[in-house]
Amino acid sequence: MSLVSASTATNNVVEVKEVCLDFHTKDGVVKALSNVDLSINAGEFVSFIGPSGCGKTTLMRVLADLEKPTSGSVLVNGMSPTEARKQRAYGYVFQAPALLPWRTVQDNVLLPLEIMGYGKDQRQQLAQEYLQLVSLSGFEAKYPWQLSGGMQQRVSIARALSVEPQLLFMDEPFGALDEITRDHLNDQLLRLWQQTKKTVVFVTHSIPEAVFLSSRIVVMSPRPGRIIDIIDCNLPADRTLDIRESPEFLTIAQRVRAGLAAGHNYDD
Amino acid sequence: MTTNMRRKPGSTIPVLTVILAIIMIWYVGAINLNSPQIIDRYEKKGIDWSFSQLATDSWNMKRAVLPSPHQVLLELKTTIIDKNVTSKRSLIYHAGITLSSTLLGFVLGAGLGISLAVGIVYVETLDKSLMPWIITSQTIPILALAPMVIVVFGAMGISGLLPKALISMYLCFFPVAVGMVKGLRSPQPMLVDLLNTYSASKWQVFWRLRLPSAVPFLFASLKVAIALSLVGAIVAELPTGGQAGLGARLLSGSYYGQTNLIWASLIAAAVMSASLVSILGFIERKVCYRLAGGQEISNEL
Repeated sequence: MSLVSASTATNNVVEVKEVCLDFHTKDGVVKALSNVDLSINAGEFVSFIGPSGCGKTTLMRVLADLEKPTSGSVLVNGMSPTEARKQRAYGYVFQAPALLPWRTVQDNVLLPLEIMGYGKDQRQQLAQEYLQLVSLSGFEAKYPWQLSGGMQQRVSIARALSVEPQLLFMDEPFGALDEITRDHLNDQLLRLWQQTKKTVVFVTHSIPEAVFLSSRIVVMSPRPGRIIDIIDCNLPADRTLDIRESPEFLTIAQRVRAGLAAGHNYDD
Repeated sequence: MTTNMRRKPGSTIPVLTVILAIIMIWYVGAINLNSPQIIDRYEKKGIDWSFSQLATDSWNMKRAVLPSPHQVLLELKTTIIDKNVTSKRSLIYHAGITLSSTLLGFVLGAGLGISLAVGIVYVETLDKSLMPWIITSQTIPILALAPMVIVVFGAMGISGLLPKALISMYLCFFPVAVGMVKGLRSPQPMLVDLLNTYSASKWQVFWRLRLPSAVPFLFASLKVAIALSLVGAIVAELPTGGQAGLGARLLSGSYYGQTNLIWASLIAAAVMSASLVSILGFIERKVCYRLAGGQEISNEL
């Protein structure tokens, strides 16, 4: 189904060419991204992995038009990130749930639908549908503070999905959660991706998380922020968390780890 | 728990103790300040006096330097309960006049402060140009400005409520503008980014994010502003030559050495100020409780 809506002649949802981004700070210029090339096909689950400061979040923010590259070209659905954002082409899940405390769970999910001008009945129906998808039916009238961190993050995922974008950006969505909740949500997210066939771009610094979820892993390195390896990762679709013990999983994880180590500059 | 309107258990006794201490210090102070005159009088008349005699006389002296609490209470009773509300000698009448310009000035000042804050947050030129002027405006002493405003408006044939309210407004708008700017800028960058990913308009960001986030800051400012507004109203009543209002009562009290009157007016002003701030505090708790999604609010005052 994503093939129908996924833009132009090519299958590329994201096309990044020679992108550089410099931040000007008091201590001088920081090269957050240096000569980044990447293309992402429709229906892929692509993870950016790397240590802090490698530009993985910055790269995703560039794709989402929250940051402007210094040079290079970026196309999202065949148009500029700004146009894509204006057309509301993607959903974005942040590191923290970013829920409005004065809105109930239901009203938080309704927020993007209100802003984008969906009709009242459709809003209600979509909110119900996606809250159910993240197993939060029955919590509609609760306020964010009444939910656990994991549940709050699920609300924010439902909120991102509710406008039914074909492209989903997720910036370390489970980074602040405990291991058990994280495993559980990884499992749920994998099912969700398989059900909806969306294109997902996912930032993480956890190797097992990246290998478990992704169809492709982009390994990045800091100073300057750059891509040092892109690893295909074709684990069986019906995988469960147990696959993390299997040899194929460990082989890929090993390659990611090697890539990270190679890119690490110990002089700093 | 529901909204915690009641004081924490155990705070009644400390509060009463402090009040008791203040009253005791007041009585001791009355002896200290009034006794020289009383002793003078005793010596002129050649009367033998004891300390208890001196204390009683100091506490009941007419035109005392510091009238004792019961004298002030008596003054409050005669000017509040015994006088008709429409009488020019009723404290309620004068308090009402001051209250009306306090409230009008507060509404105008809050309106101006909020508008300026929205301008500063949304228009970059205003952000750079306006704030220095706003701060400069507050360096002009209100005591110097008030007579000028009253006189200028008087020359234009405008007197009474409006010029006084303008002086209150002048004091009020500043904390509101400063608090509101901070409040409107208080949302986490992540939430602003979130609304940007929805390609939300400026007004959608204002109504759905910035304004609700600013409300706690706004209430803190409003509580400061309403107390200042009362100060402004009283100061504005001084140069009118003591026609009406608590400021006028303070002035005529000092003209005629009627210290009872001064203290009674002061207490009326203090009670009024405290009540206004408490009313705002009550509304603040209700509103902030809703904004926190019904979560208990900890910053109780």
